Amino acid sequence: MAFRRHKFGSAGIGLMFGFSMCITLFGPSNDFRSGVSTWVGLDKQLSLGRVIGFSYEDPTVSGDGKPITVILNKDPKTGVAIDPPIRAYVYKPGVKFSPGVNHPELLGPGVEDLSMRDGKISSASMSSGAVFTVSKGVFNDEEVDYIENASATRGWTPDKTLRTAGDANSRYVGKGKTIYISEGCWWCHTLLPEQTQDWQMFGQPPFLGDFNGEMPTAFGSDRKAPDILHVAARNSSREWMTMHFFNPRLVQPNSIMPRFDYLWGKQDANGNSIDFAKWRADYSDYLHGKRIYAPEVPEPARDSEVRALIDWILTSLK
Amino acid sequence: MLMKYLFAKNDEIPAGSATIFFGFSSIFWFVVGTGLGSFNAAKLAFPDWVTGTELFAFGHMRQVHVLAVIIGWISMAFGMTMMYMTPALGNTKLWSEKLGLWTVFLWNIGLSLGLLLLWMGITSGREYNDLIWPIDLVVIFGVLLPLGINVWMTIAHRKTQGIYITNWFFGACIFMVMIVFLVGQSPELFNLTGLTEAYLTFWFAHNVLGLWITPVAAAIAYYTIPKLTGNPLYSHRIGHLHFWAIIVFYSTPASHHLMSAPLPEWLKSFASVEGVLILIPAVAFVANILLTMKGKWTMFVENVETKFSITGVLLAIPLNMQGGFQQTRAINWYVHGTGWIVAHAHLALLGMSSFLEAAAVYFGLQQMLRRKLYSLTLANLHYWFFIVGFCIYWISMTIAGLIQGAGKIYEVPYIDVVVAEHPYMIARWVGGTMVFTGNVVWLFNMWMTAREGTLVPEGRYAHELAYER
Repeated sequence: MAFRRHKFGSAGIGLMFGFSMCITLFGPSNDFRSGVSTWVGLDKQLSLGRVIGFSYEDPTVSGDGKPITVILNKDPKTGVAIDPPIRAYVYKPGVKFSPGVNHPELLGPGVEDLSMRDGKISSASMSSGAVFTVSKGVFNDEEVDYIENASATRGWTPDKTLRTAGDANSRYVGKGKTIYISEGCWWCHTLLPEQTQDWQMFGQPPFLGDFNGEMPTAFGSDRKAPDILHVAARNSSREWMTMHFFNPRLVQPNSIMPRFDYLWGKQDANGNSIDFAKWRADYSDYLHGKRIYAPEVPEPARDSEVRALIDWILTSLK
Repeated sequence: MLMKYLFAKNDEIPAGSATIFFGFSSIFWFVVGTGLGSFNAAKLAFPDWVTGTELFAFGHMRQVHVLAVIIGWISMAFGMTMMYMTPALGNTKLWSEKLGLWTVFLWNIGLSLGLLLLWMGITSGREYNDLIWPIDLVVIFGVLLPLGINVWMTIAHRKTQGIYITNWFFGACIFMVMIVFLVGQSPELFNLTGLTEAYLTFWFAHNVLGLWITPVAAAIAYYTIPKLTGNPLYSHRIGHLHFWAIIVFYSTPASHHLMSAPLPEWLKSFASVEGVLILIPAVAFVANILLTMKGKWTMFVENVETKFSITGVLLAIPLNMQGGFQQTRAINWYVHGTGWIVAHAHLALLGMSSFLEAAAVYFGLQQMLRRKLYSLTLANLHYWFFIVGFCIYWISMTIAGLIQGAGKIYEVPYIDVVVAEHPYMIARWVGGTMVFTGNVVWLFNMWMTAREGTLVPEGRYAHELAYER
C-alpha cells in the first residue's frame, strides 16, 4: 500500500498551512511587541491583576485573588496630603502580580526601562504583597508613564494603604471586571468603539498600547447594547447604575437588558435580608398602576458583586 | 449498550456502532442547542421573561447555545460522517470501532462538563474559546486526536488506489483543527495578553469556522450528492482546487474580524484581500455540486436527503457572497458588530453547514441501522420547519442589522435602535423556535426509524426503497 499520493499531499498541506501560520502568527507578533503601554494600559493591568476569567487563583471566576484599586488623598506612610489624589493598586500578600510586573518586556520600550530603574518593580515580592502606582517620567526626551513599586520607593505596605484609603475610597476593579466576564455582559456590550464612526456616540477608540498585559480583552463582537468603554464619562452616577442593574426598566423603560438583582446577594448594606419576592410583587403593582412609585432598590452590601461591578465601571470606563 | 461495547473486543462490535452513537448524540445536541437558542431569543424579545435567577440569565446561556451547536451538533455530526464515509470511500472497515465508541463517549462527557461549567459562569472570557483550558485539552486529546487517529488509520489502510476528495478534507481538517485549538489555547496556557490575546481569540474563531465547520460540511456533500444521485462527481480536479484553496486562503484572514481594533494595518489589508479570495474555493464547491446534480434534479423534490443537501449548497451562495465582501473595509464599517453578522453566522452554521450535515446524518443512520426512514411526512415536516424557521431568523436579523448600522452612522441614541429592533427580535424568536420544533420531530423520527423502520435488504441502499409513511 505504498502510495505516494498521501505523502505528497501531507507535505503540501504542511507546507501551505505552515506558510499561512507564519504570516498570521509570526508576522503580527512583532508588531504587537512594539506596543508601548499608555497610562490606560498600565492602569488596566495593575487594577485587573494577572488574569480575569478562569485561573488557578480564581477557579470559580468569582473575583478572588484580585488586587484592589484605592484612591489616596494622603500618603499612607507619612500622612502628608496628596493633592490631587492618586490611584494606587494594592496587592495583598499572595495576590498574583499583573503580567507587566513579572514580565517587564510586555510594557514596551521606555516604560520597561523606567519601571525597572525608577519604579523598582523587580524588587516587588508576591509573598509580602506590594502597592503600585503609575508615575510619569522622561525616557529619551519623551514623556512616558511607568509602574512604580510604591512599597519599595515610598514604603507603602498593603495593609497601611488599605487602612488609609478606607472602604469609601476602595474600588474592587479586578473583581468587577471578573463579574463582567462571568455574567456574560460582553455578549451584548462591547469595549471597542470602532475607528470609523463611533466617535460621536461612544468616544475615542482605544490605542495600540491600551491593552498590554490585559487578559482577556473581551472586546465583544455582537453589539446588542451600547459600547461601554467610556460609559462613566457619559454617566457617572452610582445611584443610576445601582437602579439600572437591579432592574434596567426602572430608569430606561425600553431597555432589553436582563435584571441583575441576584448580584446583590442575600443581604443589603445594613445587613437586612432582601425580600426579592416582595420587591417583585410591589414592582408588578407599580407597573399595573396600583402604586405611585416603584419600590426602593436595596443598597448593595459592601462585599456584594454588584458593588464591585459598579466600582469597575465608574473607575475604569472613563 | 454503549457501556457494553466500550469494553468489548473490537471484532465483536458490530460495524456502524460508532456511527449510530455519534448520529444520535449529534441530533440530541442539536435539539439542546436550538432549544437554548430559542430560549435566549425569547429573552432578547421579552427581557422580563424568566428573570431573577443567575441560572437562566442570558449571559450564562448564550455561550452554552453556541458551543452546544458547534461542538455538540456540528462537530459530532462530522464525527458521525467520518465514521461511515471514510471506510466506505476506502472500501474497507473503520480502523477501530472501539476507539470510535470511546471517542463519542468522551466527547459527550467532556462537552457536558464543559457546558455545565460555562453555564455556571466558569469561563475563559474569550469568544468561541469560552471553554476553560482544561476542558479544551479534553477536546484536543480526548476527542479530536482519537477521531483523527481513526480517520488517518482508516485512510492509510484503504483498499483503493486514490484518496477521494472527501477523505482529503477529513484527514487534513482534523489535523488543522487540532493545531487551531492548540494555538487558540496559548493565551490561556502561557498567559499571552493584550492585543495578542484579542487577535488569537478571533484567529481561533475564524479558523475553526474556516478549517473545520465549512470545509468538512462541504466534504460531506462531495459524498452524499454522488451517492444519492448515482452521478459521479462532476470534477475531482475542481474538488482539489477547492481543497487546496481552502488551505491557502481560508487559513489567513483571521484579523478581518477585528477591522476596527488597533491591529497593524498591513494585517487588516492582507486579511481583507485573502477574505475575498475565499470565493475561489466557495465557487468551486457550489459549481461542482450543482453540476453533479445534472439530470437528477427531480431528486431535489422527491428525496429528502438530497433536499437537505442541495438546500445547504444553495445557501452557500448567499453565504459566500456576504462573507467575501462584508469583511472589506468598504462594507465592514457599516455592518460590523450588528445583527447582520449574527444573521451571517447563522447562515453559515444553521443554514449551509447544518443542512449538509442533516442530510448526511439522515443518510448514514439509515445506512448503518439498515432500516428505511420511519416517516417521510415527519422528515418533510422537519425540513419545512427548519428552512422556514431559518429564513425568518436570517431575514429578520439581517434587517435588524441594517437598522443598527444606520443607527450607528446617523448617531441615533442607542435606545431608539433597541426599540426599532424589537419586532425583529420577536421574529428571530419565532424562527428559532420553529427550527427547534423541527429538530424535536427529527429526533422522534430517527428514534422510530431505529425501532420500527423497515429493514433494508442486503446490497441495497435505503434511499432506493419507497417511503412507507
